[in-house]
Amino acid sequence: MGIEQKLGDMGVVTMTLEKAVGWARSNALWPMLFGLACCAIEMMSTQASRYDLSRFGMELMRASPRQSDLMIVAGRVSRKMAPVLRNLYDQMPEPKWVIAMGDCASCGGVFNNYAVVQGVDEIVPVDVYIAGCPPRPETLIDGILKLQDKIKKEPLKKWA
Amino acid sequence: MMDQTQLSVEESAHNLEKHADVQLDITVEQLKKLVSPRAFTGETMLLNMGPQHPSTHGVLRLLLELDGETVVSCIPDIGFLHTGIEKTHEGKTYLKGLPLTDRTDYLAPMINNLAYCGAIEKLCEIDVPLRAQYLRVILAELTRMNSHLVWLGTHALDIGAMSVFLYCMRERELLLDVFESVSGARMMSSYFRPGGLWRDVPDVFFDLVRKVMDVFPGRIIEYERLLKENPIWRERTVGIGVIGKADAIAWGMTGPSLRGSGVNYDIRKAFPYSSYDHFDFSVPLGTKGDVYDRYRCRLDEFTQSLKIIKQALDRLPPGPVITDDRKFAPPPKHEIAYSMESLIHHFKLWTEGFRGPNADVYFAVESGKGEYGVYIHGDGGPKPRRVPFRAPSLCNLQALPQMSDGALIADLVGIIGSVDIVLGEVDR
Amino acid sequence: MAESTSLAAALGDAVTNTVVFRDEVTLLTTRERLVEVLTHLRDVERFEMLTDETCVDFHPGEPRFALVYQLTSLERAMRVRVKIMLSGADRVAPTVMGVYRNANWLERELYDLFGITFEGHPDLRRIMMPADYQGHPLLKEVPVTVEEVAFSFNRRRIDDTKIYAGE
Repeated sequence: MGIEQKLGDMGVVTMTLEKAVGWARSNALWPMLFGLACCAIEMMSTQASRYDLSRFGMELMRASPRQSDLMIVAGRVSRKMAPVLRNLYDQMPEPKWVIAMGDCASCGGVFNNYAVVQGVDEIVPVDVYIAGCPPRPETLIDGILKLQDKIKKEPLKKWA
Repeated sequence: MMDQTQLSVEESAHNLEKHADVQLDITVEQLKKLVSPRAFTGETMLLNMGPQHPSTHGVLRLLLELDGETVVSCIPDIGFLHTGIEKTHEGKTYLKGLPLTDRTDYLAPMINNLAYCGAIEKLCEIDVPLRAQYLRVILAELTRMNSHLVWLGTHALDIGAMSVFLYCMRERELLLDVFESVSGARMMSSYFRPGGLWRDVPDVFFDLVRKVMDVFPGRIIEYERLLKENPIWRERTVGIGVIGKADAIAWGMTGPSLRGSGVNYDIRKAFPYSSYDHFDFSVPLGTKGDVYDRYRCRLDEFTQSLKIIKQALDRLPPGPVITDDRKFAPPPKHEIAYSMESLIHHFKLWTEGFRGPNADVYFAVESGKGEYGVYIHGDGGPKPRRVPFRAPSLCNLQALPQMSDGALIADLVGIIGSVDIVLGEVDR
Repeated sequence: MAESTSLAAALGDAVTNTVVFRDEVTLLTTRERLVEVLTHLRDVERFEMLTDETCVDFHPGEPRFALVYQLTSLERAMRVRVKIMLSGADRVAPTVMGVYRNANWLERELYDLFGITFEGHPDLRRIMMPADYQGHPLLKEVPVTVEEVAFSFNRRRIDDTKIYAGE
């Protein structure tokens, strides 16, 4: 009385290793618990009651960069914070991805001044940019799903 | 052991000096003063906490000197979220500077708008219609509840009560729906304008506020049931992080952090603004000034906020929501179509902006954290000379070393939470 | 206003000028008598809280800086503002930490952002900017924006100056 009885004879599924690894990786993202400013509050909303990010299998935020593979840069990055952020990124094990959440992280946003890094892409490579100030939780979820699509298509040899 | 510690301090300073282009205006001697001499003998331990730490509410960094588990000295290091908002203000007209204020204390954007608009209204002597004042009060109180909800959720999360966070965020969505209905944005609403409001509230606003009013009293009871008599919660909050009346005043603490120590100072009562004096409400006070008292004060403020909102809703007068002084408020759209003068006013407002006098005013409001003040110094032109913000969190956080003196490191997390800091406002 | 005259009268010649604007009282004093004035206001007039301390840059005017102390009396529900002027060449002021404790970080912030040195401050370090930062960003000669605003006609050129250009 296994699952075959319910679903019929599934037989053998053939797929490339690349696809299988991509599928596994994309569905087991471990974001880092790393909030900077306003967007961090929306990131919290995304995980909390109404939007419930755990539907997509990534509600478990890790406070340690060593245990995470996705960095959501949620908020403005100041010049003082930039070295810290880079340090955290360097500590994350490969493969790793970065989402620039919000306008400030993407391009400096409204803060075109001496204190704010004009886009976090000046210090770490960014995979997905999410617009909005701050982005709505739906937008963040959409950004994460986009990242999942990207991960699924990533060639294996890039990381192996 | 002694030499080793000393070496490491000096060595790191030396490493910094090695880079010829890096010029530091601090010396090792200056830094040594911050910790007790026992740190150099290895008797106490220096520990870095933050800026990436789940319990520092953003990017606060603390340098802790620990004797076992006990905090000997706590040296906060702020500035990791310094955004240069005050500088950016110098390059923007009075009106265009408004959205930046949302981003200082991002948990209470409407209250920041109110402070900024209030300062401009004081500087330029703009009258605000009564309906706008009442709506401002309603929205400011909802914002205060929003701020307190995030505080309660994260504070409880820090101390270990995970479920409270989910409860609080659930109710917060109801409040965000209200903000979205009036301004179109969930958080950064920028809904207030110098002279009134952007537009009148839509009909759905009243339904949404009524929903909040219906739901909330029961939810407050829920929070209380979760925490108020909870032995773990009491164990971790009662008698922790005590600060007395005199000390709290000397540190310039304001808001619930000050009232938790029993000082009756609320800007809404002491210097009423936006017709707060029309409403009947009380100011919850603590007695001992510990973490539990500050928690009680904030939780009681929910009830008071609901009381104010109810009165303001019942007595909301009809009428315009923005001043009819065309020098400061844009003319209505339909007027632009046939009135040349309105067109000119509209054009002037959006291109040049209005001019403020070459003088200074200070206007403060009671934010969720304390006294949020805006000091505007105009220069006679359309852009202010300088707009410094009086951030309540900055002053409240300054008292942290005293509050955490002799506390256990596990309690330090609770003390940080009870001060209710928002780093966006501390660093600006 | 009656309050402003009574406040100024009690302080005598320590107050050089009194300004009342929009019902707000500003007492102008000098750098030398600042601590004395604040001590008097705290102890005798019961302005027990330093609400804010900030600085305004009047560049290229002279005297260039105004240091602004915003005091609040909780029991009298009153506010008063004390101001001193500093010349651009001599950016030194006495610390008021002895009178109001919370001036500590506020003065560090002004030191960091305006380059004003507070004599007698025990811990005068940068607070907002990183320790290796050069200059004082809130001075008027520092430009407000750091990056040219991108439009369609100059977007390509600005993009080429970015670190990721050519990727």
